[in-house]
Amino acid sequence: MKNFRNKKKRLPTKYVLLIMTGICVSAIFLSLTLNISGGPLNSIAGYVFVPMQKGINDAGLWLYSKSNDFKTLGEVLDENKKLQAQVDELTTKLTTTKLERYELDTYRELLALDETYADYDKVAANVIAKDSGNWFSTFTIDRGSRDGLKKGMNVIAGSGLVGIITEVGPNYAKVRSIINDTSNVSAMVANTQDNFNVSGNLMTMNQGGVITFSELKDEDDEVKVGDEVVTSFVSDQYQQGILIGYIASIEDNSNNLTKSGTITPVVDFEHIQVVLVITKLKETGEENDGAETTPEPESVTQ
Amino acid sequence: MLRKITLFFIISICFVLQTTVFQALSFANIAPNLLIIVVSSFGFMRGKKEGLFVGFFCGLLIDIFFGFYLGVYALIYMYIGYINGIFQKRFYPDDIKLPMLLIGASDIVSNFIIYFVMFLFRSRFRFWYYLSSVIIPEFVYTMVITILLYFILLKMNQGLEAYEKRRAKKFDL
Repeated sequence: MKNFRNKKKRLPTKYVLLIMTGICVSAIFLSLTLNISGGPLNSIAGYVFVPMQKGINDAGLWLYSKSNDFKTLGEVLDENKKLQAQVDELTTKLTTTKLERYELDTYRELLALDETYADYDKVAANVIAKDSGNWFSTFTIDRGSRDGLKKGMNVIAGSGLVGIITEVGPNYAKVRSIINDTSNVSAMVANTQDNFNVSGNLMTMNQGGVITFSELKDEDDEVKVGDEVVTSFVSDQYQQGILIGYIASIEDNSNNLTKSGTITPVVDFEHIQVVLVITKLKETGEENDGAETTPEPESVTQ
Repeated sequence: MLRKITLFFIISICFVLQTTVFQALSFANIAPNLLIIVVSSFGFMRGKKEGLFVGFFCGLLIDIFFGFYLGVYALIYMYIGYINGIFQKRFYPDDIKLPMLLIGASDIVSNFIIYFVMFLFRSRFRFWYYLSSVIIPEFVYTMVITILLYFILLKMNQGLEAYEKRRAKKFDL
């Protein structure tokens, strides 16, 4: 009925399809070449959808906490006992660590190395939505440029690396996790300092909860299963020394020069709710792209 | 106007549900694709043009929040909406076979495209693995949700059409 009424001023659908295709293709090219994405669209979409997603998540969390209340008392008591034992153990560990730390500080002062292990300033954020498809592992958090977040900031949860911010809107930010199939992180083995490349992989993640690494040069076979993997100092995107995970398997490549294998990430990517964003961008020394590297004063909070 | 507002609400509710509730309800990391149900349904219920626009906006939403480059999903979903619109002539509200078939095919085709563009080109060649662990499970889950969601969408569309008919009559008088 409606079509009949204003048939005169309507374009045939074929042409509409052509025009829209043109718009889409040019949008893809624009975001490919100029690396801009959304702009005002991001803000509009952010203001409309982020509050809704937040609301649903809050409701979900409330339900979750309510259902958790029904955990039996016995379970809780059991857990309490275990935790008490752990507390005792950790307290003794802490005192020794404190002593070691004191010693280390003096050494560091001598070497003027404070900066290397400086504590980073962090901002906490909630995960509000996960990727709508099943191919990629990206999610959005409820803080954006208004809270001082920028593209390229590292995201951690607990003690491990979660990912990197790839885009910011005014009130949300898009995070690409390290298990995402397109993600690559320069990492190193903590004890041998060998650099290698860690890449997310949908297949290995689905099959065994691991991600892959490659190009590990380890002629002396020093790297073992269970070794700690941290972000490398050569990475131009990730701050140095953030824990990624532990090596789960190693195999020799056919070229006999490098090794590859799998890493078990420390972060439980299925149940991330709260993440911390490190509000310091990696300083790469490249002055030309000012958007990426802000001349932030080095905050030595030690 | 009412149709546009309703469509906006349908799309946003489905998008929000898909990214929050259904991600929490996912089985083995697989969540259903509600937006493809919306795009496909409005395609064959309302024709090429509406399918095209519903697809474009659904895709754009995914692009803004989760996409790699702006416009990729918009393009894929737009064509899916348009192609579903071709089947409008063969669509009868009482028959659920054609809708199920079209929605299922749309889901599979969209995932095929994403696999070819984003995985095969990065030399992830294990097609059978991805087929059996991502594409087929998502298809099955989406089909289960379709049985519910499709009837809601059908009833809403019928309501809207009735309202539009009444309004059109008022103007004719």
